[in-house]
Amino acid sequence: MDRRSKLIEILKTVTKKDVAAAPDESLFESGILDSFALPDLVSALEQEFGIQIPDSDLNPRKFDSIERIEEYLDSRA
Amino acid sequence: MAFLREFGCWLPEHIVTSEEAGAWVGSDAEWVRNVSGIEERRFAAETETVADLAARAGADCLQRAGMEAKDLGMIFVASGTSERAFPGPACTAARLLGAVGVPALDVPMASAGSLFALSLASRLTAQLGPILVIGAEIMSRIVKREPREKGVAILFGDGAGACLVTPDAGQAEIVDSVLASDGTYAEDLMLENGAPLKMNGRSVILQASRKIPAAIRAVLDRNGVPPGDVLAYLLHQANQNLLDRIASALGVAQERFFSNIRRFGNTSSASMLIAACEWSRAHGFHPGEPVVFAAFGAGFHWGALLARGV
Repeated sequence: MDRRSKLIEILKTVTKKDVAAAPDESLFESGILDSFALPDLVSALEQEFGIQIPDSDLNPRKFDSIERIEEYLDSRA
Repeated sequence: MAFLREFGCWLPEHIVTSEEAGAWVGSDAEWVRNVSGIEERRFAAETETVADLAARAGADCLQRAGMEAKDLGMIFVASGTSERAFPGPACTAARLLGAVGVPALDVPMASAGSLFALSLASRLTAQLGPILVIGAEIMSRIVKREPREKGVAILFGDGAGACLVTPDAGQAEIVDSVLASDGTYAEDLMLENGAPLKMNGRSVILQASRKIPAAIRAVLDRNGVPPGDVLAYLLHQANQNLLDRIASALGVAQERFFSNIRRFGNTSSASMLIAACEWSRAHGFHPGEPVVFAAFGAGFHWGALLARGV
């Protein structure tokens, strides 16, 4: 499974919603992600990708779209 | 040594339901319950001040402890909703309590103020004698400011809680505490003079859901206490969904986290001590069993405190 597919699976699991958002579409504005699903998403990203996301990186904008999450993961590679 | 000797609280009589609060922002009670767990909150009368609420909770605490206000060594009043820049409510609350001459210190800190004051009191009581810690808030006046933001207007209520910290005896001994602040996020939750409350809810929840469990783990690890061994968690009552997530992060049953947010909403710096007051009267400390207090608020300021039943 490629990384994008894995990300969409994570989002589906965390939000319990269908994830039909375009890669650059806001996950918050599209109603997929909310304030309380966001911490769960961050924890799932840490677990799935084997990274520790420091509190200083916990800016909701970094996780606002599939593309932004990918950019963040790239920055941690 | 420092002990939690007694707790007190005071809530206004006027109840505002989530149906009413939801209507302010074009929503309904079910939506309010889903996003916050809140069914009703109390609003103070127009004539009441933060100092009035503080004094009533303080008097309740002192009466139950059988102590006179004049015998206190210090009073802390934590509040983020003081009616004026200075003087803060501490000196007026002290006067209303009959504690003229007792040093009274304001802790102008929303949500985490009573935890910070409790931690400070535990370090000062050996030198100063009994210290009365009060958290008092009138959030309703902030909530009523226009424009009302959907995620803010429905959350808050008014009330006051108090705790008497003494150096010699009490229901529980204060074992340890951790406190922290990070001004990086000062603008994510702030109240400017006369303006509506500004809250970046996503940032607040994201940071709180990580920092509160981390602070609790830090104070527990330092004292060799597994999270599952804690009798009760008495937290700032911010939002039921947040409390549930913190319980999950610590691997502890949600029932261990005392909650009264359904009835009182988020009363900011007052909430942790109101929760402690209700919990101590309904359940109470058990000898040797740990209890954890924790809070997170604007700043951000956060921390956790460990006590053990005597």
